[in-house]
Amino acid sequence: MKRIAVENLQSLFAAVSAKKQLYIPADDSAGQAKFTLWSEGTVLTEKLNTVRSAKDLFFPQVENLVNFKVSSKKIEILENRDSSEPFVVFGVRACDCRSFDILDTVFLSDPVDTYYQSRRENGLVITLACNRPAETCFCGVFGIDASDPAGDVTCWMDKAYLYWRANTERGQELTKSLSVLEDCDESSVDAIREASKQILQKLPLNDLDLTDFRENKLLDVFNDSAWGELSESCLGCGTCTFVCPTCQCYDVQDFDNGREVRRFRCWDSCMYSDFTMMAHGTNRPTQKERFRQRFMHKLVYYPNNNNGVFGCVGCGRCLQKCPIHMNIVKVTKKLKEGMV
Amino acid sequence: MRQDPLIPMLGEVTAIRTDTPDVKTFRVMGVDGEKPFVHIPGQCAMLSMPGVGEALFSITSSPTEPYLDFSIKKCGCVTSWLHAMEVGQQITIRGPYGNGFPVDTELAGRDLLFIAGGIGLAPLHSVINYCRHYRDRYGKIDIVYGSRSKDDLVDFPEIENEWCKEAGINVHLTIDNPQEGWDGHVGFVPNFVKELAFDTNKTVLMCGPPIMIKFTLAGLLELGFSREQVYTTMELRMKCALGKCGRCNIGDKYVCKDGPVFRLDQLDELPDEY
Repeated sequence: MKRIAVENLQSLFAAVSAKKQLYIPADDSAGQAKFTLWSEGTVLTEKLNTVRSAKDLFFPQVENLVNFKVSSKKIEILENRDSSEPFVVFGVRACDCRSFDILDTVFLSDPVDTYYQSRRENGLVITLACNRPAETCFCGVFGIDASDPAGDVTCWMDKAYLYWRANTERGQELTKSLSVLEDCDESSVDAIREASKQILQKLPLNDLDLTDFRENKLLDVFNDSAWGELSESCLGCGTCTFVCPTCQCYDVQDFDNGREVRRFRCWDSCMYSDFTMMAHGTNRPTQKERFRQRFMHKLVYYPNNNNGVFGCVGCGRCLQKCPIHMNIVKVTKKLKEGMV
Repeated sequence: MRQDPLIPMLGEVTAIRTDTPDVKTFRVMGVDGEKPFVHIPGQCAMLSMPGVGEALFSITSSPTEPYLDFSIKKCGCVTSWLHAMEVGQQITIRGPYGNGFPVDTELAGRDLLFIAGGIGLAPLHSVINYCRHYRDRYGKIDIVYGSRSKDDLVDFPEIENEWCKEAGINVHLTIDNPQEGWDGHVGFVPNFVKELAFDTNKTVLMCGPPIMIKFTLAGLLELGFSREQVYTTMELRMKCALGKCGRCNIGDKYVCKDGPVFRLDQLDELPDEY
């Protein structure tokens, strides 16, 4: 295990940044934390987590796929991938780190999405254990330990030091190249970890029990009469899907600038009315169907196809951001009332 | 260029046939003059005109043919563009996608009953001609095909001149309303199927508008067919056709990857609205 004094954090960031692009969670001018390309003067946020998740770095909100040149009846296909350079992302929380496993099952399953794949191969993940998990956190429900997150490197921080443990070969390689880090004892982080565990145990949403969703039949959950009431106030704004680290639905669109056609993909949301709109209409005509789709996917459909793993990591962003204060916790609690 | 499943290949439309007032059949070849790929009957492909859009279409031709045909009804943005283009136009194509009909396994050796409504003939057309090509692998073939009018029957010349004249194939055509020059059956497909009172030993392949499928299925069950004997195809909006964009999700299945062909008893385990 390694460590560096907190007052020297900038020299650590500078050393990493000298090798690869470095992203750290920093406050923007509006005071919102987001993963920011580090340059001299970029300061680590004091907020628990970023407004949007770390998925942005692997599955950006908009990305170019390919270009076409169209002239009369002929078409030319032209390479137009956004470049993907090796990068390091520092300060990923345990929840977001787990979300990469979920995104991997989608994008890296056959046929592999090479855009996502190249970012995953290029991206080195440094996690940061949570000292002060928030009341909206419930990663423990999904077996995630925020006091000892995964990643290529795991970091802990107290007032004096940032502690650093390489977990993978890639992580070790980076560690070796950073002379600003000094050796320290593995037990250095025990106290931080213990303090974090104490808080994690007491989190109010910790007792959320989702086993009923594994045991009840898909159609019984789908046909639950509570969906109407639960979705009644949903505005269909899609905020939950955009801040969600595991939401990965996307749209593909063409932009014709008069010289070339740029085909790009961008995030989409099953909460939107035109998500399934076809020439002959939509099969999800009201917000109830769209709302139900999102939660059924995370709680039933995804687990059915992935050995019972839920499509949620308990980051709590939807709890914080939904304008009508609806969220996956309320949904699961309400649905459980109707379950045997 | 670095490849990706989302990057299509170039194709060229080498022939366009006008079938009905709103259906045309497009022949698509690779720009090298070869068939773009080999498919299983019931599988689909993504066709696109850059700048207009990309959409999924079922492949109408049999895999035994040296080309890919797509019978496409004009009803939206991409299809309207396709209907307006001319022979020699390049488009993009990627595929094949989906599971296709189990032509070499569950359907082999069976008496087959095809039931199609309107443009619903498109995916079944591929299976029918595949079965005609390998005629000795299948039992008796019955084809029930209905449309709004005689003019709306897709590829009527092939039906009349080939399917109707082939031994071991019975074609039963119907149109919604009486029409001059039509001496065949008049009425909707569901009632027609009940009137024809087929043997219940047949395996049914059905494709058409949801309302036709709903009532025809009720009729088939009344005749004594079981849901395990009936196959149909689903259609939902798609963007990737790779099981990733999340759009064609129905229950825990993706129509693009797990479908579009489903046996009705499999569909029973999925929500009937999505």
